[in-house]
Amino acid sequence: MLASTGVPTRVDIEKAFPNEVRMNQGAAAVIECFQNIPCNPCYTACNRNAIKEFQDINDLPLIDHEQCNGCGLCISKCPGLAIMVVDMTYSEHEGLLKIPYEFIPLPVEGDIVRGLDRSGKHMCDVKVVKVLNTKYLDRTPIISIAVPKEYIHNVRNIGMGD
Amino acid sequence: MKYTDVLIIGGGPAGLCAAISAAEAGCKVLLVDRNRSLGGQLVKQTHMFFGSEKQYASVRGIDISKILLNQIHDKENIEILNDTTILGIYEDGVITAESSGIYMKIKVKSTIVATGASEKTLAFPNNDLPGVYGAGAVQTLMNEHGIKPGKNVLMVGAGNIGLIVSYQLLQAGVKVAAIIDAAPNIGGYLVHASKVRRSGVPIYTRHTVKQAYGKDELKGATIHKLDENWNPIEGTEMDLDIDVMCIAVGLSPLCELLWQAGCEMKYMNELGGYVPLRNERMETSIPGIFVAGDVGGVEEASSAMVEGYLAGINAAQSIGHTVCNIEEKKKDLHDQLHALRSGPVGTKIREGITQLQTVLEAAASSSL
Repeated sequence: MLASTGVPTRVDIEKAFPNEVRMNQGAAAVIECFQNIPCNPCYTACNRNAIKEFQDINDLPLIDHEQCNGCGLCISKCPGLAIMVVDMTYSEHEGLLKIPYEFIPLPVEGDIVRGLDRSGKHMCDVKVVKVLNTKYLDRTPIISIAVPKEYIHNVRNIGMGD
Repeated sequence: MKYTDVLIIGGGPAGLCAAISAAEAGCKVLLVDRNRSLGGQLVKQTHMFFGSEKQYASVRGIDISKILLNQIHDKENIEILNDTTILGIYEDGVITAESSGIYMKIKVKSTIVATGASEKTLAFPNNDLPGVYGAGAVQTLMNEHGIKPGKNVLMVGAGNIGLIVSYQLLQAGVKVAAIIDAAPNIGGYLVHASKVRRSGVPIYTRHTVKQAYGKDELKGATIHKLDENWNPIEGTEMDLDIDVMCIAVGLSPLCELLWQAGCEMKYMNELGGYVPLRNERMETSIPGIFVAGDVGGVEEASSAMVEGYLAGINAAQSIGHTVCNIEEKKKDLHDQLHALRSGPVGTKIREGITQLQTVLEAAASSSL
């Protein structure tokens, strides 16, 4: 499915998320890397040894969500832009997603933008909470968006303008 | 006549790294490129590279070329000749070139051919209409010159180049109507595919171009679906209102100079076309002529860089130069290549290279 469409299945996605107990404890990284390609900078970026050392550079990344504190250092280092951070403690009805976003114009805090799923479909509107564009991020800004909890597994991108 | 120890033909990722490692071994290096500026395709790669730290993973191609060029400019024993085309390689070690209209001869001890690859094309009615581009041209226009190629693009080919250029088009504010590929599966990295998909670009595998239309310029295209035997299925035609078609259906090695020099060549589908036989030292059947990068088999830029370092060290060693811990350095480079190629996405490359080595060993044993 993913190999012919580019869209991961529901099963793929849920496997990448932390379990429900961990989700409700605060921020953690979600790594949507489903293909064995020669690449390991996520491991190099992680300061907490949450992303485990690769035995073979073609291995899929292995993350221990108990060690991960959702710092997000790995987000902008993933050449595939396959990592985001999820935080279900953001508010009663909304979870926070921190996604990499390499398009201009960048949104600004407070914007209401379209929350898009993994096929680009408009799922719901989301609120931009923060826009990070530091030197460390090296032109891969990180956008924090507040997403209604029922859409937390669906939203993976934002749409601006028309 | 100009004299040098090592001549490097091509200033892309392989050639730049070859120049660095040959110069570090103390050779006098002449680096020649037919373009005005060095860097090859790196200068158009705005995305972050894969691989490990040793191959600059997470660094963008444009920045890798700056890092490598800075190292080159720091070395006094590397001379650069840009705007210069190599014309011929002769058995007495003389190489001829045309440099800004002037014919010149270069006497070399050793040569590294790192000429890269050129784009394959696709046959369909009206493929000569203005608006039908190769992916490299679209990248040159957009990323080097800041010019949008059009408004609405059909990308033909879902390999890494097709996927990456689609993403770059989106970043430039150009609409991508669809990405199609005749193969049943996406050929490029799936993370690249997911990036364009979540921006709303559909990917149609098992689809190809039936025809393009338009009078003076491209106005649209009809695509259709292919069955399991790659034959078009009637009634599956889809019309797309596009003004740009971007062809990204693979590359083939640019090996004319190797043919001319008399290197033994072999057709290897897995490596993109005719490639030179070469040994572990990256040396062709003609002693003193080495290869690195896509000219020896189409692959990623990460492995082209490692091959470049390897060819540079070996070319230097073959003419009596060395660096400390040379064997360890070479082993590390071989290990890097092995790691980059050892996974499922490296299958084709591994098979191609193994076959080449089998041919080479057979040739060696028959000459006993």
